[in-house]
Amino acid sequence: MALAIVLVALVISAVLFHAFSPWWYTPLASNWALIDTTLSITLLITGAVFIAVNVFIAWCIVRFRHRDGHRAAFQPDNRRLERWLIALTGVGIAAMLTPGLFVYADLIRPPPSAAVIEAIGQQWQWRFRLPGPDGQLGSTDVRFIGPSNPFGLNPADPRGRDDILISEPEVHVQVNQPVKILLRSQDVLHDFFVQPFRTRMNMVPGMVTSFWLTPTKTGRYEILCAQLCGVGHFNMRGHVVVDDETGYRAWLGKQRVTLASFTPPPRTTSTAMAGGSPTTALVSQGQALAQSKGCVACHSPTTSAGVGPGWQGLYGKHERLAGGTMALVDEAYLREAITVPNSKLVEGFQPVMPKIDLNDQEVNALIAYIRSLSTKPAATTAQQ
Amino acid sequence: MAYPEHEHAPHSFWTRYVWSQDHKVIAVQYTITAIAVGLVALVLSNLMRLQIGFPGRFAFIDANHYYQFVTMHGMIMVIYLLTALFLGGFGNYLIPLMVGARDMVFPFLNMLSYWMYLLAVVVLMGSFFVPGGPTGAGWTLYPPQAILPGTPGSGGGIVLMLVSLAIFIVAATMGGLNYVTTVLQARTRGMTLMRLPLTVWGILVATIMALLAFPALFVSAVMMLFDKLLGTSFFMPAVVSMGQALAYKGGSPILFQHLFWFFGHPEVYIVALPAFGIVSDLISTHARKNIFGYRMMVWAIVIIGVLSFVVWAHHMYVSGMNPWFGFFFATTTLVIAVPTAIKVYNWLLTLWRGDIHLTVPMLFAIGFVSTFVIGGLTGLFLGNVSTDMPLSNTYFVVAHFHMVMGVSPILAIFGGIYHWYPKVTGRMMDDTLGKLHFWVTFVGSYAIYFPMHYLGILGMPRRYYAYDNYAFIPPSAQQLNAFITVAALVVGAFQLVFLYNLARSAFNGKPSGSNPWGSASLEWQTPENPPGHGNWGPALPEVHRWPYDYSVPGAEADFLPQTSTSPLGGDDAKPDKDTP
Repeated sequence: MALAIVLVALVISAVLFHAFSPWWYTPLASNWALIDTTLSITLLITGAVFIAVNVFIAWCIVRFRHRDGHRAAFQPDNRRLERWLIALTGVGIAAMLTPGLFVYADLIRPPPSAAVIEAIGQQWQWRFRLPGPDGQLGSTDVRFIGPSNPFGLNPADPRGRDDILISEPEVHVQVNQPVKILLRSQDVLHDFFVQPFRTRMNMVPGMVTSFWLTPTKTGRYEILCAQLCGVGHFNMRGHVVVDDETGYRAWLGKQRVTLASFTPPPRTTSTAMAGGSPTTALVSQGQALAQSKGCVACHSPTTSAGVGPGWQGLYGKHERLAGGTMALVDEAYLREAITVPNSKLVEGFQPVMPKIDLNDQEVNALIAYIRSLSTKPAATTAQQ
Repeated sequence: MAYPEHEHAPHSFWTRYVWSQDHKVIAVQYTITAIAVGLVALVLSNLMRLQIGFPGRFAFIDANHYYQFVTMHGMIMVIYLLTALFLGGFGNYLIPLMVGARDMVFPFLNMLSYWMYLLAVVVLMGSFFVPGGPTGAGWTLYPPQAILPGTPGSGGGIVLMLVSLAIFIVAATMGGLNYVTTVLQARTRGMTLMRLPLTVWGILVATIMALLAFPALFVSAVMMLFDKLLGTSFFMPAVVSMGQALAYKGGSPILFQHLFWFFGHPEVYIVALPAFGIVSDLISTHARKNIFGYRMMVWAIVIIGVLSFVVWAHHMYVSGMNPWFGFFFATTTLVIAVPTAIKVYNWLLTLWRGDIHLTVPMLFAIGFVSTFVIGGLTGLFLGNVSTDMPLSNTYFVVAHFHMVMGVSPILAIFGGIYHWYPKVTGRMMDDTLGKLHFWVTFVGSYAIYFPMHYLGILGMPRRYYAYDNYAFIPPSAQQLNAFITVAALVVGAFQLVFLYNLARSAFNGKPSGSNPWGSASLEWQTPENPPGHGNWGPALPEVHRWPYDYSVPGAEADFLPQTSTSPLGGDDAKPDKDTP
């Protein structure tokens, strides 16, 4: 009896939870409204079955519970009833599968007019490439990847020479313009997932995958990696901005980096260090190192703590160390923290930082980068 | 026939309980080992829930540990608990007793199977103690990530995981050949295939599937070991990992996914089919009514078994495989819902007009139907390729597979243990504790997994260590996660009630008598309870009917055992009549 009551209570709570749940789809920002529709049909059918099954069980428990002298019916089979049930199930399945397959046929057929952009995944960052004036992307290969060619462009391919390279984890697309997103990875599996777009695809090293959509709402959307890609997976953040036409052109006009004009992070920057203040080149080298050495898996470039402290606002801060002493985060502190990991552990964190192989110059670059995240105004004044 | 088995019965403690070749002892060994390792996995899941529910509050759960907990929890639960317990535990104990055999046909191989399984468990647990710890690649172990730096345990951890899997598969193969041969060759007189209890059908088909599916996992484990240790490139394309160009070239990560899921999807049914069988028998026995549509139930098991080999790529809709595959796999996946639905209908129609005894096993069996239905229904969202797009790799998937192949098979296992415990020990498990265990587990599981679907629809990706600063995730999602964690901790803690009941009842439980549930199937008709060595005393039993003769009109008792020679009831008194 209690079970019957609980089953009915579960059904009622489920329905109420569904009705009042604040957790639902983020508002749609692409042309894939049909995915939402198929999902609603599926929810309706499966919801009805869920309710029917549980209520039927509850009713049986009440109606056919054991009573003295009562005996069960003897009925091995009922072919007609079974045939009806199979037919009904078949209809329900078809009602879900048919719209689903029609939507899917569209999902895998990008319109010829679609603009093409490329997203490249690497542990744990995003980069992008747009075709230049020739409208074509050049060929790429992992073996071309190096400090001066992090995108792995084929230097012999003329189509790639005008490709626009974007090293920040943010890309813009134009509203109401179909876009096909080509996906590459240089190390492990990743997945390009923007929930308001609904559709998505894995990024697989060794091949190019793709998906397409038409963004329908301007705004700035988060790109998530949705395929486990190592310890920094949850921090692999990017953004896609849907612009109107003017906004998009303005942004595109500012993207000028091509393979020829790509500046590799400098190997020696003794002149940069001469003045004792971080230069832009040193900072960007530090940023690249933070990515390539995997620092960002644990240290977010924001204030939020991951496995280790976040870097924004860290420089110049007084930190309480494990053991209770206070320390000022300055150059000397950072140098020791990087070169002798866990020696001056900040309270509340675990001594898990590995020793990373870095030369003095690279340590300087990292410090400059970390410093740049806290002291933008101060750095400018120092340079004068 | 003479009765030589008794003279062969081992007498020393070691030959009787340790190096035993008796299927009943091996079954208990399998069960205890599986429960022990499952307990480790349960603790791991609670630890990971602590991080999700209360991020950063527990300093020792850093990102590395978190991913290791996730991975080991998943792999242990799926392989080392569920597969081992259903086939090695229930299969071993029940098959010879239900088909009327004295033991498995290859008792020595059977013993070897257990010891290989134990070795696999030891190797797996060993990975917690190697430098770098166990692998944190996710239970799917996708390369290249699984064997590259940047993933926890990409050194010794992943190697031990793959070695342990290979050893487990050797164990499963030894056991599997035994179960199949015993069912096909060692049935007693009168025990036709269409008189087998559905439990045996479920285990038989699951075992055949395991024999066909596990080799795919075996070769992928060996190939990945070669990639890791010998520098081959089966699954490894040219990559630049952490700024370093590696020597791999030309391999395909997607090949691994195909091999993995060619094993992985049948694996779902390797776990589900024995649960289907067990639940069918529990519902029929405790509703005192024959299972409705027995023939259809058998065919549904067989059809599900066959179809489950052609649906694997529904795990790979967004993997980057040829997108045209989507049409085929979405269709096969939704078609498999039909035989599965038949099973659910027939359980419901077995309850209908029954004489329902809400015993502890029955509570768990009904709990299984309820949770399996919700897990099966959410599968329709994920199997239908276009609705999978926004849901893939979110908490919707986590909620789905935990309902369908976590909670529901575990409920079937609990139901089975409460049901057959008197057979194994001659004593009943405590009823009050059993009910307490059921209520917390059943209601708690709903509390954990029902709301979790909604986090997935919101778009929260799974396998995230933390969700800080994601603008589309509202703070309320964090509160819901805290609630789910509390529910998970409570459910986890109450499993101790089960363990206590399991251990205590072996010595203090009420004596059960030979057939406490009034069950018709053959395993309850042994001359001794618990059955002695050789199971059947001097003469093998003779079977005259199917195992579901409950409440037969005209019969005095409300069940006729399979050995009864009564002219009433029986599987030939049969179907085709639409009226009762």
